[in-house]
Amino acid sequence: MNFDLVVVGGGPAGMAAALEAYNNGIKSIAIVERDVEPGGILQQCIHNGFGLHVFKEELTGPEYAQRFINMTKDTEIKYFLDTIVLDIAQDKTLTVMNSKQGIFELKAKAIVLAMGCRERTRSGIGIAGDRPSGVFTAGAAQRYINIEGQMVGKKVIILGSGDIGMIMARRIVLEGGEVIAVVARSSFPKGLTRNVVQCLDHYNIPMWYSHNIVGIYGKERVEKVVVAECDKKTKAVIPGTEKEYACDTVLLSVGLIPENELSRQVGIKIDRKTSGPVVTESMETSMEGVFACGNVVHVHDLVDFVTEESRKAGKNAALYIKGEITKNSQPNTFKVAGGLSYAVPHMFRPENLGDKFDILMRVDRVFGKCYLVVTEGGKELGRYKKPFLTPGEMIKLTVPSSIFKGMAGKEIGITVEPEEEK
Amino acid sequence: MYDIAIIGAGVVGAAIARELSRYQLKLIVVDKGNDVCAGTSKANSSIVHAGYDPEPGTLMAKLNSEGNPMFDKLCKELSVPFNRCGSFVVAFTDEQVETLKVLLERGKKNGIPGLEIVDVKKLLEKEPAASPDAKAALYAPTAGVVDPMLLTTALMENAVMNGADYKLNYKVDSIEKTAGGYIIHSDAGDVEAKCVINAAGVYSDIIHNMVAKPDFSITPKIGQYFLLDKSENDKIQSVLFPCPDKNGKGILVARSVHGNVILGPTSDVDQDRDDTGTTDEALNRVRQGCSKLVPTITTRNCIRNFAGMRAEPSTGDFVIREVKDAPKFIDVAGIKSPGLSAAPAIALYVVDIVKNCGIALNPKKEFNPIVKRTVFMELSPVEQAALVKKDPRYGRIICRCERITEGEIVDEIHRPIPAVTLDAIKRRCRPGMGRCQGGFCGPKVHEILARELGCEWKDIVLDKKGSYILTGKTK
Repeated sequence: MNFDLVVVGGGPAGMAAALEAYNNGIKSIAIVERDVEPGGILQQCIHNGFGLHVFKEELTGPEYAQRFINMTKDTEIKYFLDTIVLDIAQDKTLTVMNSKQGIFELKAKAIVLAMGCRERTRSGIGIAGDRPSGVFTAGAAQRYINIEGQMVGKKVIILGSGDIGMIMARRIVLEGGEVIAVVARSSFPKGLTRNVVQCLDHYNIPMWYSHNIVGIYGKERVEKVVVAECDKKTKAVIPGTEKEYACDTVLLSVGLIPENELSRQVGIKIDRKTSGPVVTESMETSMEGVFACGNVVHVHDLVDFVTEESRKAGKNAALYIKGEITKNSQPNTFKVAGGLSYAVPHMFRPENLGDKFDILMRVDRVFGKCYLVVTEGGKELGRYKKPFLTPGEMIKLTVPSSIFKGMAGKEIGITVEPEEEK
Repeated sequence: MYDIAIIGAGVVGAAIARELSRYQLKLIVVDKGNDVCAGTSKANSSIVHAGYDPEPGTLMAKLNSEGNPMFDKLCKELSVPFNRCGSFVVAFTDEQVETLKVLLERGKKNGIPGLEIVDVKKLLEKEPAASPDAKAALYAPTAGVVDPMLLTTALMENAVMNGADYKLNYKVDSIEKTAGGYIIHSDAGDVEAKCVINAAGVYSDIIHNMVAKPDFSITPKIGQYFLLDKSENDKIQSVLFPCPDKNGKGILVARSVHGNVILGPTSDVDQDRDDTGTTDEALNRVRQGCSKLVPTITTRNCIRNFAGMRAEPSTGDFVIREVKDAPKFIDVAGIKSPGLSAAPAIALYVVDIVKNCGIALNPKKEFNPIVKRTVFMELSPVEQAALVKKDPRYGRIICRCERITEGEIVDEIHRPIPAVTLDAIKRRCRPGMGRCQGGFCGPKVHEILARELGCEWKDIVLDKKGSYILTGKTK
């Protein structure tokens, strides 16, 4: 089967990219989704807080997904559900499989990768001890509870102050379980402040900052965990501070990893910092005509930002198919420093930007009042005041594109300057 | 009354059961686990050793050297993945180079083919990521890697297909000598047999002591491991060992038969024979040991830590014999490394003992040595298309990391030894063995199990009895 555009992944990123490409004149579009319905992980996120930016109202995950499902229903966009992409060839032929059609090929002029991310597991962080039942990643527990209607445990301890961990703490309490605490290695929350308030404070669930779970024990089911204090700076466990807590369940919310097995398979360049593809201002990867967006590029906190980024990818995929993307200059690349851990896109050509340019970034530590400073060759191009920066909240820095006018092949520096120093 | 009861459904018990199922015998295998392959056989380095390591003249040397060449045919018959990838023992000092020479001599005495001491250039040709500080290495072309879990399961399946009975969750409490043989007592019921084979792994001394005077003991030794993502496997093609010392073969780096990287094991005495816990301290030792062999190896992409218990016999050698004061009671004890490599030969050796202790062995005409297992991703495109057409469940991927289809999972639930737990499915056809560790596929496999077994979700356990996953329905 031939399509102009094939989108891999029918979550919020894939649907937004497909719709935007459609609205930009590309009618022959396929979305390949491995689950039995579109929506991706939103379908199990039954809490609210989605859509404040995109729809200016507060929706649940399934509601947010449904808006996009409905919008795609009014188009000729074709879904392949319960279908997995086995392989992508250099000529943009995708080998896919499902139980109805077996193995077949989809030929595309352009591809959007929107596979999302997966959760880091216990082994990814190396917690010692036994391997009994009752240890879940927060997302797996969320699926059991919200999709399957099955409860995962009675007395629960949660590791990780990310959003899913906090949301699941509240969910466990709402289902009649007890949450001993949310244990956070860092001295600050890794998730959104609103979740600290709405999920933990409102339910009197304690957050133990600068602590870590250092052992999980139990022969069959989890019987206890050992929690220790960590040094605030180095995060190293402080010997002698270990305490045991009896519990039957451990939920791990210890990070998300963009799922780029397919991207690697086709040889797309991956950024070690984001674990996602290196992308241009068009969200194009190192492979021409292959775009990427959403959590497969870098992990977002808000689905609204995923949608915005994916619209960009969809629009540019449409331009690419129509032969309207220009690449006549050397792209400029970002080099981040001073507490910034990355910037997306990784490179850009000023002539392809609109009036405004959104740069998405994360810091690796907490900053109070500070400036984000953009430079080129020692020259300051812009200085943007920020009241507060924390690793838990993605920074969206919108700058006027004019500051980069005429630049090509330059290294653009971005750094954080605490206000006190000025 | 059974002719023969085998205690233990690890690789040794399973291999013996399969060999004995060739004969007209009433046979049963009992195991205290909730699945076959629930002890040492499921948590080891998965290596089929060449056989240069054991002292010549020992049973370990004899059975390792005899067992290794049997793997090709055995694994082909049982549809078990096996890769004769070769191995290197790497020496870093002149003293260690001397050790290589000792190993080479031992290997020659043990009749191991193809052994060769190679220089660092040859080592780096085959293993470019190995440490350039190496001085020399002993290359053993006949070493291999196998899937020990699938091997054990397939051996047991084959025995059952050929008429053997088996009982799981059968913990032996005591064994009573009778005029006609033995009665094995357990909460799970008695089993009476003319002949008992003790293949109880780390418990084999305890089982022995139920019928005879203690004349050996087992020291449980725990070995801890890292299993790394397949993305790390550009750093290792085969198996790299350090020079062995008094603690054993040392901490190795191996590419598993499925393409993961295995680092480990440690070797520490452990009082608790059921302990499979890991510790930061021991895993740090693994890290250090491995980085000596392959400096670029990192555990950043670790997908699983695990530990297994080995049965270290006080005799220093396998204990395989009819027990003197207990006729027709056969110990197959102290099967530490190279136990997996020796298992096929151990089985033949035990068959001889069975024969010599007066059990008539009449071959079964209908014995079928073949176990078939479909691995969808290994089929040709034409075969895949045909299979999906015949059974659409093979067109549905459940485990995205290892690309396991619903068809393969359903098949495991309905085979001669049904997989009825999440881990049993994982051990046989690998959903959850990949980088997400079951985060995505766990609930889906759970659903399939409940559906196929016609039970509630909460009745499905992870592994052992009591390892419940769910507490019931939500509000």
